[in-house]
Amino acid sequence: MADRILNLKSIGSRGLKNAVKGNEYRREASISYGILIIGYILLSLGAATGLIGHNLQGQFVPICVYVSLAVSLNLVVGISGELSLGHAGFMAVGAFSGIVMERMLLAHMSFEPAVMILSMLFGACMAAIAGFIIGIPILGLRGDYLAIVTLAFGEIIRNFMNVLYFGLDENGHLKFAFNHTIEGIENSQRIITGAIGATGTKTISTFNWGLLLCIFTVFVVLNMKNSKQGRAIMAIRDNRIAAESIGLDVRKYKLMAFVVSAALAGMAGCLFGLNYSTLVPLKFNFNTSVLILVFVVLGGVGNIWGCIIAATVLTILPEAFRQFADYRMLTYAIVLILVMICTYNPTIKARVTAIWNRINPFKKKGGDKPKKKKTGKEAA
Amino acid sequence: MKKTWAKVVVVAISCMMVFSFAACGSKSGGSGGDAGDNTLKLGSTGPLTGPAAIYGNAVKNGGQIAVDEINAANPDGVQVSWQVEDDEGDGEKAVNAYNKLVDDGMQVLLGSVTSGACVAVAEKTFEDRVFTLTPSASQTAVTEGKDNVFQLCFRDPDQGTISADYIVENFPDAKVGVIYNNASDYSAGIFDGFKKEFEAKGKEIVAVEAFADDANTDFQAQLNSMKNAGADLVFVPNYYTPVSNILVQADKMGYKPTFFGCDGVDGILTLENFDKNLAEGVYLLTPFTASAEDEKTQKFVEAYKEAYGEEPNQFAADAYDCVYAAYDAFAKTGLKADASAADICEAMVSQFTGGFSYEGLTASGSMKWKETGEVDKMPAVYVIEGGKYVEK
Repeated sequence: MADRILNLKSIGSRGLKNAVKGNEYRREASISYGILIIGYILLSLGAATGLIGHNLQGQFVPICVYVSLAVSLNLVVGISGELSLGHAGFMAVGAFSGIVMERMLLAHMSFEPAVMILSMLFGACMAAIAGFIIGIPILGLRGDYLAIVTLAFGEIIRNFMNVLYFGLDENGHLKFAFNHTIEGIENSQRIITGAIGATGTKTISTFNWGLLLCIFTVFVVLNMKNSKQGRAIMAIRDNRIAAESIGLDVRKYKLMAFVVSAALAGMAGCLFGLNYSTLVPLKFNFNTSVLILVFVVLGGVGNIWGCIIAATVLTILPEAFRQFADYRMLTYAIVLILVMICTYNPTIKARVTAIWNRINPFKKKGGDKPKKKKTGKEAA
Repeated sequence: MKKTWAKVVVVAISCMMVFSFAACGSKSGGSGGDAGDNTLKLGSTGPLTGPAAIYGNAVKNGGQIAVDEINAANPDGVQVSWQVEDDEGDGEKAVNAYNKLVDDGMQVLLGSVTSGACVAVAEKTFEDRVFTLTPSASQTAVTEGKDNVFQLCFRDPDQGTISADYIVENFPDAKVGVIYNNASDYSAGIFDGFKKEFEAKGKEIVAVEAFADDANTDFQAQLNSMKNAGADLVFVPNYYTPVSNILVQADKMGYKPTFFGCDGVDGILTLENFDKNLAEGVYLLTPFTASAEDEKTQKFVEAYKEAYGEEPNQFAADAYDCVYAAYDAFAKTGLKADASAADICEAMVSQFTGGFSYEGLTASGSMKWKETGEVDKMPAVYVIEGGKYVEK
């Protein structure tokens, strides 16, 4: 029964399919991809013409990483409706396993695109496995309890990384040790050294890979949202009891969202790890998880293109505030608070929408568009 | 009324954002403010905010003292400017901060302050050919494979090695235990070197206990394990905050071994709410201490106290030495201050690897550099007696 309701193809009603999937999906997808591609073109042009300095150019890859992290977390927070505070943990799994894979592959081959893709896939797989293992026991929990447990698991993953040691011997074979350094190998052949983290990583991440990752993440999340499974996940979010009553397997669908989100975070983590020659486990602490959650909350829970913009702006902002020197982080905090207040203040929001409608060149006939969007957001 | 306020806020935010983005774009490639043509632009990145801010700010202040001295001493010669950007002790932010310095026209990097950040930045300076001398990033990976990156501080494992040698020589019968932070690259690095050397000398560590956070306040379990193993010398290669907690709790337990620390322990006597009597008899191996009595150190300590109202720590002294070492080496290259960063880099590298030596605050005697980038200098061992450091 549930399957038949959710699987629009089986109903065969083109009208219903369009109503559910068509307009809303097309609008969201075109805005999301549009922002990514226009942003990519503008930034590339700026870098090529020298209008953008080293400082901003150096942030291209991290921006892409944070965008895909925010979009993937939105799958859990927005679409599945569960508050997760352990996203940085999955990022860490992806980053470190991606780095190990990269060093291993580079010892045997030099074709970078293949190394990149394989490392990313490996990072995604490992993060998905971590997500699966963690997801099974905790997804029976709800609300605040789940948030606290994900927080704890995020910290466990990070602390686990603190006692992992990987290295390559002279034949390019992988060596592993737990809680002690590996004897008998050169410093330069150490890949991960416990708390010191990964060193000597060859940095092969580029802006192009970043764009591909963002597009892939948005593609996966948007399509998942508009699939049979996605509708099941949202049905569970909106009314768990009703969803269960029509026979939806709550645990299965929640786990699905959780694992896909973890895998995407793993890919983003891998891109991040391969962008710096060194990476410490401390990077993936609770603060990073919260930072990603802030992107999602600011961009709009469930709103894909919103969190693309939020992640970009909030990554650039602290750097742009460097001229305030000692007051930099204070300024950043104040701006963050103001932005949060303003984006959620109905009066200000209505005013901005009104101004936007006045200047919007693509305005549709009839003024019901903004109203519809607002109610949609509130429901989410 | 409410609506008017809302308008004001919206306008204010949009102004701020536009302003900051515009500034961010326009500054690229510009010169660093008041710096003229005859100015060598030194830069550094360090944690000016966050839990490690004390180190970044010490480097910023210590470097500033040296820069002011140089500029006052020869107003007609090459002047020096000093710009320190915040990196929060994080590799990602450090690369951003370094890129900002490059945008502002920096010629020589005297950073980064923390190891993790420095490894990430050193990779970039190696690519961009910017001469790098770090005051305090002590990991081996900082200089590895990079001909243009040098350290002014000891490497972590070297501190462990020297400590082990000292302990074996001066405490031949001691049963040695170790309490270290396995989540800190500094602490874990020293322990690594210590263990290797100590065991190579045919000795055995009777107990090793780890903790995972410098904010850790409960060391009962670790201390009990030391006590049960009968350790009468405990090696504590940690920063002074955890060491102070260890001392307090060991005292409460009535456990009185000899404690032996490294340069991270320096500063324990100025720690607030800490009973200095507990630090009596603690050994520490450090290249610098503010209570040293030579003229150079005293002059620096006085200038620092006057400017910033506190005693300088080792990081400040490292930065002071860095600025002078870089300035001396630059003067020997015979280049003009408007030379490109890449030209300066090549000339400075050949200076540093060509027998350049410098006498500063942070070594007993002079320091030289090896081709691998590590510094060749001797630390001193002190013991705290009567609330003062006494050299051993």
